[in-house]
Amino acid sequence: MIEFHLDSRSGVAPYQQLIRQVRHALRLGLLRAGDQLPTVKDVAGSLAVNPNTVLKAYRELEYEGLVAAKPGVGTFVTKTVSEASVAAHQRLSLELSAWIGRAQQAGLDLESIEALFQRAVRSAAREEAV
Amino acid sequence: MTDATAAIEARGLGKRYGHRWALTDCTLTVPAGHVVGLVGPNGAGKTTLISLATGMLAPTTGTVEVLGARPTSGPRQLARVGYVAQETPTYAGLSVADHLRLGAHLNPRWDAGLARRRIEQLGMDLKQKAGNLSGGQRAQLALTLALAKRPELLILDEPIASLDPLARREFLQVLMDATAEQEFSVVMSSHQVADLERVGDYLIVLIDSRVQVAGEVDHLVATHHLLTGPRRDRAGLPANQQVITDSHTGRQSTFLVRSDEPIIDPAWTVSPVSLEDIVLGYMGHSSARSADIKMLGARR
Amino acid sequence: MIWLTWRQFRPQAVAAAVALVVIAILLAASEHSLASTYTSSGLARCHADCATVASRFIDKLGSLDHLLYFGSAALMYLAPALMGIFWGAPLVAREFEAGTHRIAWNQSVTRTRWALGKLGLVGLAAMATAGLLSLLVTWWASTIDRAASIAGGPVPVASGGAAGLHSTFLVLARLEPVIFAARGIAPLGYAAFAFVLGVTAGVLLRRTVPAMAVTLIVFVVIQVVVPNLVRPHLVPPVHVTSPVNVQTTHLHLNANASSGQVAIRLASAFAKPGAWVLSDTVITRSGAEAPDVSVSSGGVELLVPPAACIPTLGSGISRVAKCQSELAALHLRQSVSYQPASRFWPLQWLETAVYLVLAAALGGVCVWQVRRRRVP
Repeated sequence: MIEFHLDSRSGVAPYQQLIRQVRHALRLGLLRAGDQLPTVKDVAGSLAVNPNTVLKAYRELEYEGLVAAKPGVGTFVTKTVSEASVAAHQRLSLELSAWIGRAQQAGLDLESIEALFQRAVRSAAREEAV
Repeated sequence: MTDATAAIEARGLGKRYGHRWALTDCTLTVPAGHVVGLVGPNGAGKTTLISLATGMLAPTTGTVEVLGARPTSGPRQLARVGYVAQETPTYAGLSVADHLRLGAHLNPRWDAGLARRRIEQLGMDLKQKAGNLSGGQRAQLALTLALAKRPELLILDEPIASLDPLARREFLQVLMDATAEQEFSVVMSSHQVADLERVGDYLIVLIDSRVQVAGEVDHLVATHHLLTGPRRDRAGLPANQQVITDSHTGRQSTFLVRSDEPIIDPAWTVSPVSLEDIVLGYMGHSSARSADIKMLGARR
Repeated sequence: MIWLTWRQFRPQAVAAAVALVVIAILLAASEHSLASTYTSSGLARCHADCATVASRFIDKLGSLDHLLYFGSAALMYLAPALMGIFWGAPLVAREFEAGTHRIAWNQSVTRTRWALGKLGLVGLAAMATAGLLSLLVTWWASTIDRAASIAGGPVPVASGGAAGLHSTFLVLARLEPVIFAARGIAPLGYAAFAFVLGVTAGVLLRRTVPAMAVTLIVFVVIQVVVPNLVRPHLVPPVHVTSPVNVQTTHLHLNANASSGQVAIRLASAFAKPGAWVLSDTVITRSGAEAPDVSVSSGGVELLVPPAACIPTLGSGISRVAKCQSELAALHLRQSVSYQPASRFWPLQWLETAVYLVLAAALGGVCVWQVRRRRVP
């Protein structure tokens, strides 16, 4: 079972942090189909977080088709991220590492690389929004 | 808790002590079905508002309704509302068990099993006198008393202000656990946003008896942005971006804006803002321009 | 509500019970010797000259009896005041000080019930305590009270008995103000009133210590005002006017050595043992108060007697006759207003009722204030 944690200084809404942690665990293979997520009450009680926040995160995950709620039993993972996509991730990850290597050779420090990367991600998000 | 009636509905509410007004012309709606954080600096009128809502004070002007009824309308109303007062008072000479017995004798809907279970979970000694409990334990005892009443609305007035960080966390854990289990509305006041960041899903910022901003926490966080970029006047921003605060250096401008639409101007570096930054922004905003405050979202 | 009130009141209740038991043991232990003194005095079966028998009985009382007689009376005055101060004043004020009223007022019980529960339970406890205490003291002192009533008027008593150590003290009829308040059912009324007075002070002042002080002051004032101004008029007093008997053969002559003045004392025409004399004056034919006349339990004293009554050397019987006729010519009459001894119980009931009505009125003020007053 997954254990959640929250970073109150990240500026990311708590429900989104929960969603990300589930997605992350799925990608890394820590969660598989059939696994149960902690109950809303357990998460609320252990993290001292509003139960509505947990519900909202679970509902969003459900909407994405990653989990399904069985009334009175709990919330279960329905989908394992496919082997193919994990393989794709690996290839992209390798390409990214290679790109970072080139950037460092070009004289950029890690902070500058991160700023570049974030700007690219944001402009992509903006195009998507428009 | 899909009840349409508000948890607290105040209209033109005011309270005067002698010549000093502790609350003036306060109009607000605290929705039911949420954990509502009532935030504001000391002296904003939070405690006065809560005291009026629990019937500990009588209003000088205006009206206040709690769950659709007058706070002092009788024992039925008292049974519907749980109240954890500031500094969480307990009877120092009475033991923990005595407090539970007190609750059982004075509340028709008392849940003895729940009370005992909570006290056991907290590892408190039933025989211990409340006067010998730590601040955190005393707060937990007061919370247990309020929870075992099985209220429809739980009102907490700065319950954790005087607790150490560990006791704070434990208090909020119990509160959230109970909220998930019992499904009641919660109104909790604090002068620190950090206390409410995780537990609250609805926030009301009260400054000088006025609601500065109110809304669901996720929505507030999603619609407030911190913009940094080349120097620009506040008039130069689009009309759909409402400026909460601005600061300028020779070349750079920083704005805290509220906008329901995404920020697309590429000149800006857009950063997410924490709830605390938003609230602090409104507090600064209020002190700077208290004359022409627009009531935001108070009536949504 | 009753449970919580009882739980909060328990320590005081236990203390009161312990005090009652100690006092009961003390009085019961000394009552034995008191009873045997009474039996041997023959007062119980007396048919003639009972006043002398009663005085003799009072004379025989030991120093422990004296101590308990006045100690118990003092206790009867003290107890209601203590209950007002230590049970009444903190009852609500301490809740305000500790903020615990915010717990109590947010249980599913209205403030009216909360206040009534507290007032009712602790008020009844105060009345019960005072009642038991009064029962004990009244029982213990019954023989002395009987003797005091029969002896008539305050009886000076030689204390101790050891020659040369004569400190006298008075035994008073039970209708006399000092003893009246320490007997019968009136202490119930005092306790109820003092308790509710304390609660009211606490509700209004919201602080325990000032409430205690105010309770004590007001209660003392009331306890001084009522016996002096209210009690005499609860039942209209009886007035009697009778001529001063100048034919009495034992004219007391009082010669004051230093001033050279001579006064004469005549026997008082008023003889009602156990009565509470409210006023006792000597008036002249016109109805005006006679000048230079003083009335005391000893009799009527003329400070400036007619010339014929002033003894001179060589005067004889004829002079006594002249003195008597001159005295008769003054037409002195003794006017007394008093409450007869038989009114002890009617006055007890009335006074208790007065205090209970006052207590109820103050109780109403308390409940109303608790309902109305909002303390954050």
